[in-house]
Amino acid sequence: MFRNQYDTDVTTWSPAGRLFQVEYAMEAVKQGSAAIGLRSKTHVVLGCVNKANSELSSHQKKIFKVDDHIGVAIAGLTADGRVLSRYMRNECINYSFTYDSPLPVGRLVVQLADKAQVCTQRSWKRPYGVGLLVAGLDESGAHLYYNCPSGNYFEYQAFAIGSRSQAAKTYLERRFESFRDTTRDDLVKDALMAIRETLQGETLKSSVCTVAVVGVGEPFHVLDQGTVQQMIDAFEIVAEQEGPAAEPDVDSGQEASAEPEPEQGAAAGEGVAPMDI
Amino acid sequence: MNFMASKQPENSLLGPESDSQRTLYPYVTGTSVVALKYKDGILMAADMGGSYGSTLRYKSVERMKPIGKHSLLGASGEISDFQEILRYLDELILYDNMWDDGNSLGPKEVHNYLTRVMYNRRNKFNPLWNSLVLGGVKNGQKYLGTVSMIGVNFEDNHVATGFGNHLARPILRQEWHENLSFEDGVRLLEKCMRVLLYRDRSAVNKLQIAKITEDGVTISQPYSLKTYWEFSAFENPAQGAIGSW
Repeated sequence: MFRNQYDTDVTTWSPAGRLFQVEYAMEAVKQGSAAIGLRSKTHVVLGCVNKANSELSSHQKKIFKVDDHIGVAIAGLTADGRVLSRYMRNECINYSFTYDSPLPVGRLVVQLADKAQVCTQRSWKRPYGVGLLVAGLDESGAHLYYNCPSGNYFEYQAFAIGSRSQAAKTYLERRFESFRDTTRDDLVKDALMAIRETLQGETLKSSVCTVAVVGVGEPFHVLDQGTVQQMIDAFEIVAEQEGPAAEPDVDSGQEASAEPEPEQGAAAGEGVAPMDI
Repeated sequence: MNFMASKQPENSLLGPESDSQRTLYPYVTGTSVVALKYKDGILMAADMGGSYGSTLRYKSVERMKPIGKHSLLGASGEISDFQEILRYLDELILYDNMWDDGNSLGPKEVHNYLTRVMYNRRNKFNPLWNSLVLGGVKNGQKYLGTVSMIGVNFEDNHVATGFGNHLARPILRQEWHENLSFEDGVRLLEKCMRVLLYRDRSAVNKLQIAKITEDGVTISQPYSLKTYWEFSAFENPAQGAIGSW
């Protein structure tokens, strides 16, 4: 993308019908460190790569619990993400108080999207520079949504956002058909494998990633480092035994078919112009 | 006396004169509502009387209404406040439907919403002068709750408002059991309503029974209960009385 005369205000259209400021906001998401999400019928797992600025500092918090049944992973301007998480928590609490019932994820996601849209249509505002992977449970099952700075939202079986997310998406595209019926632990393993893809050679250890789970009978919580490291160790050993190109044990028998075409709209390709959906 | 105080017109909303805008006492009122859980859902009964003080003035007041897909609301107390509540709920259900997303507010959610409304009004000293019964079924789960005008709320297997609490609940405590059939439930409710008819002076002999199940709401056509006034004890009630009472 190059600078042009239509990109100064979010309220200026380009002759091609694009809002460049919104597209630049989506670029900010791509620059953030990776976050991935995947879901089965009963569970949703969120994972993210945590890069600390230096050895001396702690890493940024990118996964937030919104309610017992909803959590969110962010990529991009984490400050914007924090603000939106606070909004989401507020909405959930207010709904719970009024109706003594958990806010359906689908509704929260729409409210979030409408909030983002407002910032694309006010001259005195700027779009939020953060992409959110919202994981949640409601009456109709487990859901994973992606909320864009543009104000669009999509439901996914599995998705990845942030830098080097394409590698994770490729992995997820190969394996997503098995996610629906897989077990909770296998889902977490798949999440860790996807995170490893984004690290591109760096060793996967629990100090560089964060994993969170929500599921039927399991409120949203971040897994502690010890548990995560154990799971990594478990499948790394298997991977060493079977050779580097093999996939970890179990899974519902779906060997990697060489079909990279996503059928259910999972993981839209990055080559598509952002506003085309 | 402060002669220098500024005088405000009677209908202004500032200062003590604003009390004329608050509910002070009810005018047209409905009497008890009685409800119980049975095998397939909830049964609720209420008569169709709207009293104007001691006058039994209106005799076709429907005091039970369906709310959304999953709930049934019965009310006693001020009828105009009940109509106001129906307007609030209408808007609530409308917005719920407008999401168009397969989720819907169930009886528990509606009951909680009403509790919040009633309690908030009570805190402003401007109550909705009603006692409400909210029953329903959603996803096979039966729900029956009540809220009063001061926000007291709870759920139970059988609930009643007003005189129903004193006359009907004791009967229900003795005779209610899990998985009542429809016929047994109706018989039990009629027994309660008959006692109320005999003993509650605001009761009228024209009632409706409503049922709500997973399939929806049915409110019966109005009908009356058979009564018997020939008990010998009633024949000459003042016979053994001492004094001028």
